[in-house]
Amino acid sequence: MARFVIRRLLAAVGVLIAISVVTFLIFQAIPNGDPAQRIGGRTANAAELALIRHEWGFDKPIYVQYIKTMGKILSGTVVSYSQNLNVLDQIRQGLPATLSLAIGAGIIWLGLGILFGVITAVRAGRFADRALTVLAFIGVSSPPFFLGALAIYYVGYKANIIPLGGYSSLSHPWSWFKHLIAPWLVLSVLFIGIYSRVLRSTILDIQHEDYVRTARAKGLSERQVMVRHILRNSLIPIISLWGLDFAQVIGGGAILTESVFNLHGVGQFAAQSIQRLDVPPVLVITMLTAFFVVLLGALVDVIYAFLDPRIRLSG
Amino acid sequence: MTAPETLLQVEDLRVSFATEEGVVRAVDGITFTVQAGEVLAIVGESGSGKSVSVMTLMGLTRGQNARFEGKAMFDGRDLIAASDAELRKVRGAAIAMVFQDPMSSLDPVYRIGAQIIEQIRVHEPKVSKAQALDRAVDLMERVGIPRARDRVRSYPHEFSGGMRQRVMIAMALANSPKLLIADEPTTALAVPIQAQILDELRRLRDQTGAGIILVTHDLGVVADIADRIAVMYAGRIVEQGTLEDLFYDPQHPYTWGLLGSITRVDRNRAGKLPAIPGQPPSLLAPPEGCHFRPRCPHAFDRCTELPELVSRLPEAPEHPDRCWLEPERKRTLRQVGDQIGLATGETVIS
Ligand SMILES: Nc1ncnc2c1ncn2[C@@H]1O[C@H](COP(=O)(O)OP(=O)(O)O)[C@@H](O)[C@H]1O
Ligand code: SF4
Ligand SMILES: [Mg+2]
Repeated sequence: MARFVIRRLLAAVGVLIAISVVTFLIFQAIPNGDPAQRIGGRTANAAELALIRHEWGFDKPIYVQYIKTMGKILSGTVVSYSQNLNVLDQIRQGLPATLSLAIGAGIIWLGLGILFGVITAVRAGRFADRALTVLAFIGVSSPPFFLGALAIYYVGYKANIIPLGGYSSLSHPWSWFKHLIAPWLVLSVLFIGIYSRVLRSTILDIQHEDYVRTARAKGLSERQVMVRHILRNSLIPIISLWGLDFAQVIGGGAILTESVFNLHGVGQFAAQSIQRLDVPPVLVITMLTAFFVVLLGALVDVIYAFLDPRIRLSG
Repeated sequence: MTAPETLLQVEDLRVSFATEEGVVRAVDGITFTVQAGEVLAIVGESGSGKSVSVMTLMGLTRGQNARFEGKAMFDGRDLIAASDAELRKVRGAAIAMVFQDPMSSLDPVYRIGAQIIEQIRVHEPKVSKAQALDRAVDLMERVGIPRARDRVRSYPHEFSGGMRQRVMIAMALANSPKLLIADEPTTALAVPIQAQILDELRRLRDQTGAGIILVTHDLGVVADIADRIAVMYAGRIVEQGTLEDLFYDPQHPYTWGLLGSITRVDRNRAGKLPAIPGQPPSLLAPPEGCHFRPRCPHAFDRCTELPELVSRLPEAPEHPDRCWLEPERKRTLRQVGDQIGLATGETVIS
């Protein structure tokens, strides 16, 4: 176990370094990405820009700039070019909305994904399967901004059931819930579609395993066979999918959903920063996402080893 | 000895599956009985319908595309007509089954003990988990698993194939079945382990008086354990009789072929005849008359007519077969060199 933790920590450090280097280089390569322009604004003249470049160190070699930026990130003093605000503070402000979105949606899409996956597998080829299959395809092919716009217009504006956007803190639970229910569902639709399809095909495969026949030969009811043997084995791949998707959303990956509902979460902040070609926030958020992916990846491996005794934790 | 009690009486059982290519007649009218305390071996090449026959007794072939005819009387009840709920009470209780591949027949995510306990408690829900655990340990000891008390906590992947098959047998015995069905229980195992598992089955029959149906494609496997043998070919029983009948006076050319291809330990390996040439027929469109005709070197014009499964031996009314040849003629034809076999052009005896 200790070996596993150490190896995963080392891997995490490696991934974070690699991700930050790549992100940094991408922004160097983007045309019109001159950070001095961001800081100086449109009105700055050549002399002012030169001064900014010198003050911020943009005239130094790239690797020096990278190391300096990383130093600021690690000491928590990094500021955004466009607003000159502390990036970590801004992320901290966005985190409650993003966490609320991720946790609620994560539970919903896992639960409904499993439910629909089981229903479609058990009723394979029949009406419920076909109906849910069509729904799943609609779900998978509906972008969040489209579903979000529909929800805001019909359920928010017309029916006046939910607010038109924004985030409300958990200190007012009912308001928090009303602000989040639509984002949760909109974000979940895609994942429910994917998970239910993956689970359906896994169940249909596992149904033919010899140990399922053994379970029937024992005299178990169809329900017991399904829950204890088929489902129990079919959940293993679903759990690993879930870990990675959940990590993405926590790390600000739900950019479209956060933006359309104006949640002011980490994802929306990322979207704005990318628009402004503002390197420091993008760098930090990318690293944050990568960090969560690595963390959840390790967690998934632990759960995996727990669910499947054939798997050992080895890093 | 008192008259044996008939446990299972199968009458003209037919199983067919509707598939995209047509109707597969996997089992085409088989009749047999199993007595308490006896081992009936069902022998035939792979694809002859052995597994479908025995799984049908447990209702394990039921499905939308399956059709059943005939009867299988067990304990005063017809297993073919029984409802799913009724069958569930029989499965793993009065009739238990051991399958071919012990590597995949146990659920990989549960401990061995838990899987045996599940088998006990599904039919006896009042037994506590602790009591069931004690019984699981006993069962494992009975089938020769050492250190059973510790090994109930192992997972299937920590066991060898032979040990897993012992676990399957322990599980099958959990509710003291009257009938144990073993479908190729040794096929996936190494030869020395095969002998141990067969020993185990024999011991069980002696100790519990249960009837056993042993399914195998290898006549060699049954030589030391079977009381009676039914030889199956392309969905039909082509010959049936006691072990002595089948080994010393086999009536059907297909049986000769099976006997000829046994690797016998009492014989020089060079004396082994090749496997029967050719393939079993498609069960979608089997040949008219005797199903073995296309592969039979002794076929003659009458063989396009279906031979009934009846005894053609006045001295052995309990030894029926499905072959038109005269018994006297068979005695000559089956003699290949110094052993019984299916004569073919290429047969070389050294
Ligand atoms: N569910 C099914 N649908 C269609 N065909 C089947 C099904 N189950 C078995 N069969 C066919 O029935 C035949 C007999 O199979 P089986 O009983 O497994 O043979 P054996 O056990 O003697 O090797 C095979 O040709 C097999 O393809
Ligand atoms: S009936 Fe004819 S074809 Fe069939 S086994 Fe006998 S001789 Fe051969
Ligand atoms: Mg078989």
